[in-house]
Parts: sequence; structure tokens; C-alpha cells
Amino acid sequence: MSADAYEAIIGLEVHTHLMTRSKLFCGCSASFGAGPNENVCPVCMGMPGVLPVLNRHAVELAIRAGLATHCEIAPRSVFDRKSYFYPDLPKGYQISQYELPLCKGGYIELPAHSDGAEPRRIRLTRIHMEEDAGKNIHESDASLVDFNRSGVPLVEIVSEPDLRSAGEAGAYLRELRSILRYIEATDGKMEEGGLRCDVNVSVRKKGAAEFGVKTEIKNLNSFRFVEKAIEHEVSRQIELLEAGGRVAQETHLWDPVREQTRPMRSKEFANDYRYFPEPDLPPLSVTPDLIEAIKTAMPELPADQRARFVRELGLTAYEAGVLTQDREVAAYFETMLAAGLKNHRTAANWVMTEVLRVVNDTGQPLADAAPLAIESGELLKLVETGAISLNAAKTAFAAMCKSGQGAETTVTALGLAQVSDEGAIVAACDRVIAAEAAKVAEYRAGRDKLFGFFVGLVMKAMGGKANPKVVNEILKRRLAA
Amino acid sequence: MNSELNRMTIAEARDGLARRDFSALELTRACLDQIKLVDPKINAFITVCAREALEQAAAADRQIAAGDASALSGIPLAIKDIYATRGVRTTCASKMLENFVPPFDATVIGKLRAAGAVFIGKANMDEFAMGSSTENSAFGATRNPHNMERVPGGSSGGSAAAVAADECLGALGTDTGGSIRLPAAFCGVAGIKPTYSRVSRYGVIAYASSLDQVGPFAKTVRDAAILLGALAGHDPHDSTCSARPVPDYEAALNGDLRGMRIGVPKEYFVAGIDPEVERAVRDALATYERLGARTVEISLPHTEFATAAYYIVATAEASANLSRYDGIRYGLRVTADNTGELYNRTRAAGFGAEVKRRIMLGTFVLSAGYYDAYYLKGQKVRTLIRRDFERAFEQCDVIATPVAPTTAFKIGEKMADPLQMYLSDIFTISVNLAGLPGLSLPCGFDREGLPIGLQLIGAPFAEETILRAGDAFERAGVVKRRAAIL
Ligand SMILES: [Zn+2]
Repeated sequence: MSADAYEAIIGLEVHTHLMTRSKLFCGCSASFGAGPNENVCPVCMGMPGVLPVLNRHAVELAIRAGLATHCEIAPRSVFDRKSYFYPDLPKGYQISQYELPLCKGGYIELPAHSDGAEPRRIRLTRIHMEEDAGKNIHESDASLVDFNRSGVPLVEIVSEPDLRSAGEAGAYLRELRSILRYIEATDGKMEEGGLRCDVNVSVRKKGAAEFGVKTEIKNLNSFRFVEKAIEHEVSRQIELLEAGGRVAQETHLWDPVREQTRPMRSKEFANDYRYFPEPDLPPLSVTPDLIEAIKTAMPELPADQRARFVRELGLTAYEAGVLTQDREVAAYFETMLAAGLKNHRTAANWVMTEVLRVVNDTGQPLADAAPLAIESGELLKLVETGAISLNAAKTAFAAMCKSGQGAETTVTALGLAQVSDEGAIVAACDRVIAAEAAKVAEYRAGRDKLFGFFVGLVMKAMGGKANPKVVNEILKRRLAA
Repeated sequence: MNSELNRMTIAEARDGLARRDFSALELTRACLDQIKLVDPKINAFITVCAREALEQAAAADRQIAAGDASALSGIPLAIKDIYATRGVRTTCASKMLENFVPPFDATVIGKLRAAGAVFIGKANMDEFAMGSSTENSAFGATRNPHNMERVPGGSSGGSAAAVAADECLGALGTDTGGSIRLPAAFCGVAGIKPTYSRVSRYGVIAYASSLDQVGPFAKTVRDAAILLGALAGHDPHDSTCSARPVPDYEAALNGDLRGMRIGVPKEYFVAGIDPEVERAVRDALATYERLGARTVEISLPHTEFATAAYYIVATAEASANLSRYDGIRYGLRVTADNTGELYNRTRAAGFGAEVKRRIMLGTFVLSAGYYDAYYLKGQKVRTLIRRDFERAFEQCDVIATPVAPTTAFKIGEKMADPLQMYLSDIFTISVNLAGLPGLSLPCGFDREGLPIGLQLIGAPFAEETILRAGDAFERAGVVKRRAAIL
């Protein structure tokens, strides 16, 4: 039996930092980049006698995340202690939420991955709040701990096992990140531990009702690794089953260097966290008024924006999906339209090709890599009015990325403006017709293919700057005469 | 005269200081002299803060001279060594924290500083407040100033003994299952455990977070009221701390008990109670009737389950609270080749036997498969006990009981039998489970001259009522305050 006979069952647990100024339970800065143990205090160091005080802003951001993913917000949720010993965990327990999380249910709709594909709805189990731990640093002669990250607010977003492939898991993560960035709950930067992922994977024969035995893969901190780890784990499980083996319920660790998973030693994961309600924090009450206020202040979400792009701007679902993967990209596109562009799809494709290419090529953020969106819009406006050709626009765009100068200035400086002045074009056409009397005769005798030859000559005579549409029209008229 | 200053009550000293009869420095010196004299025998202090205390006293004198004395200016207090005191080592009577110097003050320490109090020293206690005798201390047992062979009660035994031995005018303790009220009873002083959430717990080293509460010891109920007024109130650093306004407790002591209904729970006068204790409490009830109060028999039917529920809930919370003592960031560290072994060795060397016993018990009751049978059931019992009290307070204003079934027992007597030790708290534990205020005050002495304690329990936030009742009893003068024999 081949691998095609199986399907993968995947669920994700995503941890992401909330963008608050201070930590979840103390007043220390939650920002990154400070020297080791500079953003610490007795509370986040777990000194004897200290108590946590909940950061209201973190709660609001978590509620925003819940509302943006269609969750039900619990009017009363409870913080719990999750106990385990680890040097980076100052209290010997993490304050988390277990039985009564802040957000329950909900779903994320994956954008169509190609035109004509069905959107997929991935259900969420829950979103809960918790604090991050510090960071262990191992040096040759010592192990050190930096507690700057200790107590930084996190949400854990748990999906149902609704994902069926590595690619779908990637799409889910991209959409989730997009949502969280749209609502400014997180900056979604992976490198600072801003988004971390645990994956549950099992496989079953297609059509089977029961799930197979699942394994958990921990320590995934990039979307690429998530996809690779799932691919690796799915084929490992299928090979195992095909060889007559059984999948063991175990936890695997992703090794980013060797790009494969390995089972964790049983000592590496404690499975009894001895959860119980945190007595130092009263249950968290969320009033309908607060939820209403957060809803009112909620920005447009990617799915809504996508729908609007399709409905009002005539984009395809696929185009809308690509543009809304990133809030900045969508905003860039909309700002371009503000230049008065009529052809929305041309603008969309411009962003998807020219703009995203320069972002990818330079590896820089959109704002640094590309010209101002309004200038990109002006540039396309010049194409729409026929002042320049699309190719000339691409040349101008490349120059604008480097110089930071405006569209008009660049087009003028590079002499890219195309001639639409009928008089000049008529004169050039007439000169070509007069010089190529033999070919003109052939054309008029029925050799239509020669038309391109005349166009080429006219364009050459005009130094390549003639508006090809105008040239076509005039040439046709003159040759017919 | 100096040698007598330390015997004063806070109210007396406050007036004397205001009249400039003596200085805060003289008062503090008198206490330090007494400590020098008697503490080698009773071991009430882990750390005596002579230099800091004299500095604070001098500052108080300047305040008084300038005419801006605060509520407790110049009053020497003993502080249970469970309170974080900035710059002064805070051991919690454990080897684990033998050299731990906190970089911050507990909220109530800050409040007392602002009120001008003098911190004479850090008082002995059962390690991490786990015990009923102050024998579980890494710094040696404290002895009862009334009888050197007897325990002072626990866990705040050092604080109670220091007050009883006139080493200070008042003291701070904490009460999780009776840790203020029991030593107050055994040492013949007043002690109050306020309503849970009345006083901030920030900076109080946690034993059982949902039960721990801060409270004072004093020589009189009036003094306890004065101290409580300085301690109580909202704290933004403690999310469980009440924002209710703090009444003037001292003003509530008007001696008027007319119409007060005193509930006497039948479940608290059963076999096992020392007849002398029972007689003293019954006598106290008779005094209350003479003072115009009325006694009514009430029932607290779930009392018998309180001890079991307490040892589940308290140890569960303790097992997590004490996880932070891992040898990584502060406190004792016993090195090893790997982290797991470092934890094992550090915790094996740093914790005493009772602490280890409770950590194991707490770890067990929270374990997968046992949580429902123990922790959850313990919480359900707790709810039933709280309801018992709610119903009882429909019939009465104050509940009166003995503090403990016996007077102070002998040192070493119960150390080999933890269950016997746990039974010392059977009359005090329910009050913590229900989060109520409880006052302990002397109501007599047994044949051997050991103090007997009366417990007055109030409804939530009814501290004024129990303080008024306690003060009225004291003023009736039936029981004379007896100096400790030293
Ligand atoms: Zn902090």
C-alpha cells in the first residue's frame, strides 16, 4: 500500500507573545534586547513572598485574539499553577490556564490556496493566557539563566486536529499570524520566540473513522520547520505502519540542525504537572461591556478584508488571500489604489510580483524595501493613462527602490515617458510607409503578418517611447488608406 | 525605670512617648536589654536587629520632637521571620534561606515603617510556618516564657513568646491554621487573625496562599486593635487583598456588649478537651452573660472534617509555593553534576522533616488520579465549613470556643507523632478554611500556671465586633495578666 492511502491528522498548539509594555504579572518591561537579567524584579524572579498582579492590557489583547478567531469569551476564567522544575522557571510552576481558559471554541478560515479552491475552516479548541519562562544559556564552563523573558505574557492557541497536510499547517500558521498582527496582539517575530509551535501528528488510512496514535513534536520555532517536521513525521509513521509496526505515543523534539525529529528521553518531559487553581489570583471576570468595547475597537480582520477585496475591488480569492497574509502588504495595496487607479487587479498583481519580490530579495521589511505605496500608485497611474509602458514602470520601480524618489521624477529622469502625441506618431508611421513601399504593397495584398514588422520600425523610429496602443491604431489606419 | 518600659502596653507607651516621659530610644534599649537577659533562655529571636532598631528609635524621637508622630512612632515590635525585610536576612526558620537577604519589604513592613514602628528583631517560628510548637525551626526551638519545659505554640511561637517575655511591645505573626491564635493562647497574650484579604500578604513568605493571613500579637486586645489598624487595607501588589475601607478598630472598643449574641458550638466541647480548659472557657461565657451578652448554643456540623480538609488544601498549595527553593537563584545550593541532582541535594539539605512531609503530602494530593479524591474533595469540605459558619452567624454575632484542647504541651512531647501535633489546631483550622477573623485572648490559667486561651470568631470583616468583645472581657478584670516566670 502506498503513502497515498493514508491521511495525516494534525493539530497545532501555538504560543505567541502578546505585545504589552510590561510583563504579565509585574511591572518589568516586556521588551527584548536588554542585557541579561536587566528586566527583572522580585516578582518575575520568584523571590519568597511575592505575588502576581494581572496585566489588564494583556487580558484585552488575549480577548481581542479570541474575538478575531470567533471564540466564545468566558465571563469567568481561572488561572492555574502548572508545576515542574526547570532552571528557567523561577517559581517552580508556571501560571497558566487549564480547566477554565479565557477563550473557547472558535475557528480560523484558511484563504483559498489557489483560484477555485474551497476555503477551509479549522476549528480552535481554546485560547488561554500564560507567562513565559526565562532562557537557559549554556557556556563551556557554566550554565546561566536570563530571566528577562520570565513573565512575558503569552497566549496559547490550540487547534482541533483539523489539519490534513504539512502545507495546510503552514497555511494555518500564516493566517493565524496574519490575524494576530492585524489586531496588533503580537508582532509575530519568530526569532525572539514570538511564535512557537507544538505539533500533534497521527496518520490513518483514508476513510478510517478512528484517529491513529499521535506523537507530539515540540520546539518548533519557524513555519518552515513546522512543515518539515510534519512531513518527516508523517512519512516516518506511514513507513512504520507499512512495515507492520505501531506508532508509540511519545514526544519528539525537532532538531533544527539535522532537520529531523527524535524521541525525547522520558526524563525530558514531566507528564504530571499537578495543575490546581492559582490561589494568588482571583478568577478573571470579563464583563459584556468590556467585550463590547474591544469588539468596537477591533480593526478589520484579514478574512473580512479578503471578502471586501473580492466583492468591491473585483480581485480573485487567490489574489485577495496573498495580499492579506500581511497587514502591511494589504495596506500598501490599498494606499496604491488611493492614487486613483481604476484597474485594481493590475495593482494587486503589481504588489504580488514587483513589491513582494523586492521584499523577498532584500529580506527587508516592506517599508524599507519598497518605495512609498502612494508613489507605486502614481507609477501605475502613469501606466493607466498611457504615459509609460508597463515595462517602463518596472524599470522605474527598480530605480525608485534604490533612490527613494517619486514616480514622476524617476520617469522623467530616466526618460521613460512614452509618446502618445498623435502628430509625432503619424509622422513616424508615414515615414516608415514611404520607406518600405514594397513591404506595404505585400501587406496590402493580404500579408497581415507584416503588421508587427511595421510596428517594430515605428517604435524604433520613436526611440521605443511611443505608446504601442496609439501606434497600432494609427498604423492600421494609415496602412489601410 | 528603664527596666520597666518594656513591660508597657502599646497604648501606655504611645501616651508616655507623647508626654515625653521617656524617649523611643530608651524604650527600645529597654527591650534590647530584656532580649539580652532572657532570650538566651527562650530563643524567641532568630535575628536581633539592635543597630537598625536604635536607628529607627532615634528617627522616631525626631518625629515625636517635631510634633509629627505617627500611629506607632517608637513602638518596638518583633517581626516573625516570615516577612521580607529589605536588607535584613529573612530565613523563614529554614536552612534553605539561612543567608537570604531580601531586596524588598513586605507591604505590611512598609506600612509599619511609615507608621514609625521600630523593628527589634526577626522572631523564631516553625520552618515555613509549618508546625504548632515552634520546634520545627532550623534555629532551635523557642520555649514558653511561662514554663521553660513547654512549647510556646506555633508556628508564630517566637513572636508570641517575645511579647509574653516583654522583649517587645507587640509582634507580627501569620496564621494559616492557628499559627497566631495557638501561640497567643499558650503564651497568655492577645493575637488576632483578621479576615482573609483584610491585610496584604505581599512579601509574606507563602505557606498556603488561600489560608495565610497576617496578624498582630499584643499584650492587650486594645493593642492588637491598634496594630491591626496599621496593618489592614488595600494593596495593589496583592490581588486577593480587599479594597474595603479600614474602620477605626480602637474606637470600636466601647465596652458595650448589651444584646450581643455569643454562639457556643457544641462540636467544640467534646471528649479530648482538657477539663481545665473547658472550665475556663465556660467561666468566660458566664462573665460575658454578666456583661450583658447572651449565649446561644449553635452547631458547626462539618467541624470534624476540617483538619483533613486543611491538610489537603494547605499542603497542596505549599507543595507549589515551596518549589521555588531550588538552589538556582538564591538561598542554599548544594552543587551537583546535573540540575536534577542539584535540586535533590539542595532540597534534601535545605528543608526540615516536617516541611518535606508536607511537600510530599501536597504533591500526592495534586497528582494525576488523586486530584479529585483529595484536593477537590478538600475544597468541597471547605465550602461546607464556610456554609456552617454562614448559618451560625444568622443566630449569633460572635462564636466563642477554646483556642486549643489543651494548654502548652511539653517540648518534644509531640514531635514523634505528627498527627497528635496536628490535633492542636482542631479548634482554629476551620476559621482559616472559612476565611473568618479570629481573636485569641487569655481567659485563665491551669493548675500549673499555664495560660488558657479563648477564641472569639467573627463573621467576615467583623473584626470590630470580636475586638470589642475581647476588650470588654479584658476590662472586666476577671483574668489578671500574669508576668512570665523568667
Ligand atoms: Zn518583574
